Amino acid sequence: MMATATAFAPATGLMDALQVTLLLLVAAGATAVVLVRERVTQVLVLSAYGLLLALLFLAFQAPDVTLSELTVGSVLLPAVILLTLAKVRKREE
Amino acid sequence: MTPPVRRWVFLVGAAGLAAFYLFGLSGLPGFGHYPGPYGFILNRVAVPQTNATGVVSAVNFEYRGFDTVGEEFILFAAVAGMAVVLRHLRGEHEGRQPLDEASDRDLPPTSDAARMVALLFTGPIVLIGWWLVSHAQASPSGGFQGGVVIATGFVLLYLSGEFRVFHRLGPADVAAAVEAVGAGGFVGTGLAAVAMNLPYLKNFLPLGTVPGAVSSSGTIALISFFVGLEVAAAFILVVGELLKQTLLVRGKKR
Repeated sequence: MMATATAFAPATGLMDALQVTLLLLVAAGATAVVLVRERVTQVLVLSAYGLLLALLFLAFQAPDVTLSELTVGSVLLPAVILLTLAKVRKREE
Repeated sequence: MTPPVRRWVFLVGAAGLAAFYLFGLSGLPGFGHYPGPYGFILNRVAVPQTNATGVVSAVNFEYRGFDTVGEEFILFAAVAGMAVVLRHLRGEHEGRQPLDEASDRDLPPTSDAARMVALLFTGPIVLIGWWLVSHAQASPSGGFQGGVVIATGFVLLYLSGEFRVFHRLGPADVAAAVEAVGAGGFVGTGLAAVAMNLPYLKNFLPLGTVPGAVSSSGTIALISFFVGLEVAAAFILVVGELLKQTLLVRGKKR
């Protein structure tokens, strides 16, 4: 379990750069999700945002959370929203 | 309230929030500095105590197993609530919307590319999900992650245009039963320990001899298996219910 122990020490160099980059990308992604107004496009952006979050968790050495976020955030949540949109749209017609 | 007043109320509120937020941030430990003893203690004792090299799973399913029971039932209650809300209402029937379809035309078929990709990936994805469920004690994974991955395999079946196969392989009744077995198995494993005069969720199975082997870690592996069942079935139910909803047509009000 040495990997987990060293995770508590401040990361240096390349890892730092990766973490900062991903943090900025996640901030940009979250903003993009809010700013996109077209619903289906928004779901796709949300899915990409889920992928970014998963990468962020991986860079912070939390592979367990990465797996959950990858499946729930970038696959299942968008799928569920798309299905709901399909249902709502049908009712609107 | 006039706009200027409203703006002042907002500014005062925002300033208060900012002040408390910054005050809170100033008390946080430095980035990457873990202050508590708990993690370090676990890192030392978890593997000898449980024979699970996936310490996160050991925490989830043993040291903090009771918390995970709660989380498990959040999902369980959410899916049950969803099934109740999305039940067949009077006046609803399955059918196609007559508006968007000419009588002599069928639904557009799924493209061969989408079909191929979905069918090619379904098997490997279910396998990966199963691997994640069964290796919670060995490496970073667990019943929840694995269960969701297995469920995405079923979603792929739907994407391949095999809606009927989706319903045949994951019928709501069977999925509901599997979900109940998963949730009940977790609680039951804990109660079995109580029946042996041990604390709730205490690891009572043999821990195996090789740390991190699939056969190691006693109840941790067993609980991961139950969680995997519960989560996979829960998500298959959720997606199935929603798919059924898109097929439902609301009849005319009587």
